[in-house]
Amino acid sequence: MNKKDYLDYVSERSKKSRCLLNSIKAFFVGGLICALGQAFSDLYSHLGAEKSVASALASVSLIFLAGLLTGIGWFDVLAKFAGAGTLVPITGFANAVSSIAIESRSEGYVTGVCADMFKIAGPVIVFGTSLSVIYGIIYYFCI
Amino acid sequence: MAILQYQGCYISHTASTVGKIEAEGPLGTCFDLIERDPYFGEESWEKAESEMVHRTLNVLLKKAGKTPDDIDLILGGDLLNQCTASTFAVSELKIPFLGLYGACSTAAESLLIGSRFCCSGQTKRAIAFAGSHFCSSERQFRFPLEYGNQKTPTAQCTVTGAGAFLIDTEEDRGVEVCEGLVGRIVDNGVKDANNMGAAMATAAVDTILRYFDESGHKAEDFDCIVTGDLGAEGEEIAEVLLKKCGFDPQGRMTDCGMLIFDREKQDVNAGGSGCGCSATVTASYFYPKLRSGEIRDMLLIGTGALLSPRTVLQKESIPSVAHLVHLRRTQK
Amino acid sequence: MTYVYSFLVGGLLCVFAQILIDKTKITPAYILVGYVCAGVVLSAVGLYEPFKEFAAAGATVPLTGFGNLLATGVREAVAEKGLFGALTGGLTATAAGITATICFAFLFSILFKSKQN
Repeated sequence: MNKKDYLDYVSERSKKSRCLLNSIKAFFVGGLICALGQAFSDLYSHLGAEKSVASALASVSLIFLAGLLTGIGWFDVLAKFAGAGTLVPITGFANAVSSIAIESRSEGYVTGVCADMFKIAGPVIVFGTSLSVIYGIIYYFCI
Repeated sequence: MAILQYQGCYISHTASTVGKIEAEGPLGTCFDLIERDPYFGEESWEKAESEMVHRTLNVLLKKAGKTPDDIDLILGGDLLNQCTASTFAVSELKIPFLGLYGACSTAAESLLIGSRFCCSGQTKRAIAFAGSHFCSSERQFRFPLEYGNQKTPTAQCTVTGAGAFLIDTEEDRGVEVCEGLVGRIVDNGVKDANNMGAAMATAAVDTILRYFDESGHKAEDFDCIVTGDLGAEGEEIAEVLLKKCGFDPQGRMTDCGMLIFDREKQDVNAGGSGCGCSATVTASYFYPKLRSGEIRDMLLIGTGALLSPRTVLQKESIPSVAHLVHLRRTQK
Repeated sequence: MTYVYSFLVGGLLCVFAQILIDKTKITPAYILVGYVCAGVVLSAVGLYEPFKEFAAAGATVPLTGFGNLLATGVREAVAEKGLFGALTGGLTATAAGITATICFAFLFSILFKSKQN
């Protein structure tokens, strides 16, 4: 059996994740997180914040909750269940930052926590920001 | 001759330490020490792993009634960069030390080399050990512990455990290391770090076929042919490949990674892995069986996936190795 | 009704990512990057605003919403300050989220210790 045949054999026989079940779980948890975000947003609006501020504060609240759940060790349990349901909302981003921050404390605050903080989530900011700058330049010259 | 022949290398004592999940597994009652605190009373995961190995070595010396001065050589390793867990663990003992890295094959590798030293007549007693810790391995090879992600069904769970063997040339307590075969690196092209069983299966097959080809033995000559940590996926692949190559293991194959956990009840996907897996299972499950005479001959094929976090990101394949040791009951 | 739409749209965005993870070789890291970039691009071509009107938090909470904030921030800043706005708009609009993430992560790293479940 050559390498290619072996790789085909291995990928064919390996059990795949249970996509349907995972998707249902992701749907409910992800949906609930968004609905919770909406609830926060409405709450802040009710308290007098304007729409964009209320929306930002809702995100901040979810980030806080995700960080807190990460800290007490519940987030990874929830994420194991929900998969993309916790990954795609802003909670996934917050978890990626706080999980490595908490773990890297053994290497010190400066050289561990702060240096490692964006090891997993950094690409999101780099790609997002870079793309937005490109969009800004195009917008300036074309419109 | 590729097969190494050993004479007068007895395994006189063994010791093992495991964590909570391993203790809850089917072999939970076999191990010498069980520590429910994953930190082992330390401050970092790396120190925890060192402490675990340190305790295991102390238990071994205590069981054997020996002091570090009685030991001429200690050799072993772990999964961390530069084998730091092992070096910190042995630093107080002041025994000449060789650090080994064979990934999950380290237990077999240290037995193989340690016995060779003892055979030479210049080393009277040697300790061979290997250890791994779930948390420090997750950190180094995968993601932070609190990071939320789903594992695929082929992924394996690193065993928190350390196993140690006292190789003695004087005291025959019924078990000897009689043969060894150093494995060749086999690279079958598998790149998925979550399917190490498939990466290591071909290395195990290569070593098993080489051994049986050269020795002329048959599978029936052994009570069990034990692979290190192929897991459910690798174990099945290995059996299929062996049969394809004309070798029938006669249902004698088993795998430490499958024995140490209950895959139905415990959340471990394809089974256990890591240096500690084959080290603890051999030291505390198979060794007592050899001593009691329940089994007479066993082959331990320690399998190792020699990947680093960097090579995985560089999309390199996972080279693998499998070292074989033949353990035998001396009294007939 | 806003809650129902938030739930449905947010849930569906997660399902799409789950299918990509399970059925293709795309890893979670690429999903996050892909979603943010998709948010920027969809906002740039003007498709995200109507979507946001309809789905509310279902569109702002997922990471595509982060991309949307970046894009709208840049657009407004360019309109106001010219080309310089291309550099300041994105992070200004997302500052609350990023700053909160950093500060909370730092706080929690002081309060909590890594543990095995």
